Amino acid sequence: MRTANARTIVIWTLVALVGASGWSVLALARGEEVSAVWMVAAALGSYAIAYRFYSKFIAYRVLKVDRTRATPAERLDNGIDFHPTDRRVLLGHHFAAIAGAGPLVGPVLAAQMGYLPGTIWIVVGVIFAGAVQDMVVLFFSTRRDGRSLGQMAREEIGPFGGAAALVAAFAIMIILLGVLALVVVNALAASPWGTFSIGMTIPIALLMGFYLRVLRPGRVTEVSLIGVGLLLLALVAGRWVAESSWADTFTLAPSTLVVWLVAYGFIASILPVWMLLAPRDYLSTFMKIGTIALLALGVIVTLPTLRMDPVTDFASRGDGPVFAGSLFPFVFITIACGALSGFHSLISSGTTPKMIQKETQVRMIGYGSMLMESSVAVMALIAASVIDPGLYFAMNAPAGVIGTSVQSASEAVANFGYTISPDALAKAAEQVEEASLLSRTGGAPTLAVGVSEIFAKVTGDGLRAFWYHFAIMFEALFILTALDAGTRVGRFMLQDMLGNLYKPFRNISWKPGLVITSAVVCALWGYFLWVGVHEPLGGINQLFPIFGISNQLLAAVALAVCTTLLVKSGRLKWAWITGVPLLWDATVTLTASWQKVFSGDPRVGFFTQRSVYQDGIDAGKVLPPAKSMDDMHTIVTNSTVDGVLAAVLALLIVVVIADAARVCVRHVRRPALSTLSEAPYVESKIVAPAGLFPTREEKEEARDAVAPTGV
Amino acid sequence: MRSLRRAFRAVRWYLRELTDESAYDRHVAHLRKERPQAPVPTRREFERMRTDRQEADPRQGFRCC
Repeated sequence: MRTANARTIVIWTLVALVGASGWSVLALARGEEVSAVWMVAAALGSYAIAYRFYSKFIAYRVLKVDRTRATPAERLDNGIDFHPTDRRVLLGHHFAAIAGAGPLVGPVLAAQMGYLPGTIWIVVGVIFAGAVQDMVVLFFSTRRDGRSLGQMAREEIGPFGGAAALVAAFAIMIILLGVLALVVVNALAASPWGTFSIGMTIPIALLMGFYLRVLRPGRVTEVSLIGVGLLLLALVAGRWVAESSWADTFTLAPSTLVVWLVAYGFIASILPVWMLLAPRDYLSTFMKIGTIALLALGVIVTLPTLRMDPVTDFASRGDGPVFAGSLFPFVFITIACGALSGFHSLISSGTTPKMIQKETQVRMIGYGSMLMESSVAVMALIAASVIDPGLYFAMNAPAGVIGTSVQSASEAVANFGYTISPDALAKAAEQVEEASLLSRTGGAPTLAVGVSEIFAKVTGDGLRAFWYHFAIMFEALFILTALDAGTRVGRFMLQDMLGNLYKPFRNISWKPGLVITSAVVCALWGYFLWVGVHEPLGGINQLFPIFGISNQLLAAVALAVCTTLLVKSGRLKWAWITGVPLLWDATVTLTASWQKVFSGDPRVGFFTQRSVYQDGIDAGKVLPPAKSMDDMHTIVTNSTVDGVLAAVLALLIVVVIADAARVCVRHVRRPALSTLSEAPYVESKIVAPAGLFPTREEKEEARDAVAPTGV
Repeated sequence: MRSLRRAFRAVRWYLRELTDESAYDRHVAHLRKERPQAPVPTRREFERMRTDRQEADPRQGFRCC
């Protein structure tokens, strides 16, 4: 029996007290303004305890990670994609791959319910669901030579469930790209400063690509530093452009931006990787890690007060302007990345398992990275909660609800129960040098205002506009990269599917096939983007729930695969580790899908919405927020598409879960029928610590490996 | 002074590893060890091969939302 020493007990008691005091202040504060420090304390305290105890329990008791077993990186080392990578480097890699715009956007939108529900879901969700999913997928994929989630679904569940998972993944990719592009459009519309600086990232990336290809191949660090320097210059120059006679050239309407973005996505995805994608990726990785570090520093240094209510009335009434529906289930699908994100399972089962040095490191890489992403989500929630709630609602409610003047917006916000004067609204826009901040939906502008609020406290008000555009640039940068990379992945999936019908498509370098499939993928996400921009009811509040649902449905697939694998590998008694999160995720997501399809409230249910507006058309009436009969027809078409999509996605996932359940039951009844495609055991020769800091035993082990004892 | 230099070296090592700038050196070391007879590609050839591989399977190095 192992006994803990007194020092350990004291330290962990203190950590628990820090976390508990954070939660108590957050939960019990009523009517007074709460400092963000309590949110930070609650989150960090909970993460520390979860990492120390729960993740250790899963790694050693449930998964039984084996430090003597060689990983694919060691066995199949080819010096290129399979190679044992230092755990600290891989942590950076994996974190940069999983953290994108998602954890920044979702929490901002969910702030309409107040900061408390979002915080609780982000922290509890990551501890029991998100980080567990990432770690368990990483573990099983590592045991299978780095197989992808789709392959594991096919091999371990069956061809039927596997195919459903594949189609779902494709649909989800399209929706993801459409929504991300919509976030960029809403951030850049009528903003010459933002549009110019983002536009400049293209020549900068081309220059970097040329440098890496022709001038100095492989010198990534130096070219990235040059690139970041030019990027900051472009950001500063954006202000000059916005104040010059060129401003009109870069002041683009949303529908123009849609055309530009789709054209960009198409061209970028058929250009060679080295020209745009690879250099952009370096830029966005540097910017991402740098900005997140800055933001963490800013929050800790300034310790801003939270001005949003802990829980707003929209949580129970379900009539919030940002997205419709009540707290359950919609907070849990609005915040996906940061709490539980299905997309991570694609990273945990792709690149990372091919690089991991030791099985014991899945805890630090899988669970640890996800905790880091969760803290990014907490910071985004803080940034959204430090701004004036009146401004928050004026920025995030669609134009159909609040109108287009500061007066009408001020009145509409008063109807929501918050106050902000028309002057204050105009001043907020002026401070960040934008023409208007009304209905800047999509999360990015709100986050940027929050970030500029926090950073301006450190650097003074003079730089407020710079920080706002810095934050916009930082998000738009990696969303554009995601459009390019995502179109390629979607194209790859489509080529694979079409290859079954017409052989040449399978040859991925067959040019006509490449162009056709790229065009199809861009047209598909471009359709959602176009719809989102022209939707009279507001694109984000119509599309974001579908995005959230699809991301959480992918998580359901990943958790179903994990649970099946736990059962099939003889860990039935621990199947609840992923089974309970699966149950929760399926309940939340299927409830949300159900409401989106069948709810009688026209703000929530797509088909009710459709019939309300269809009845309007039949009666020859124009119902607000539609302004014309055309708008009425647009709403009817969009609601039908969205409703059908929500229903189809939910059905696909039910198929996957049912198929997984069938396999589990069969295994429990007749284990002999199951096959497990695990790579055979090979002894590991690598000596490396499991965690960030080596323990005393690990240090001794490393020393012995260099100079064997007894020689 | 020495600790400063050590810190600088550590940062440089981390950046090179994180950006995969060290991929070429790693590949050469790997080739020398596993197949000493095999011809060693130049850095230019190697970097081209690496982007071609990414071209062929875009899921490599894919990033999340």
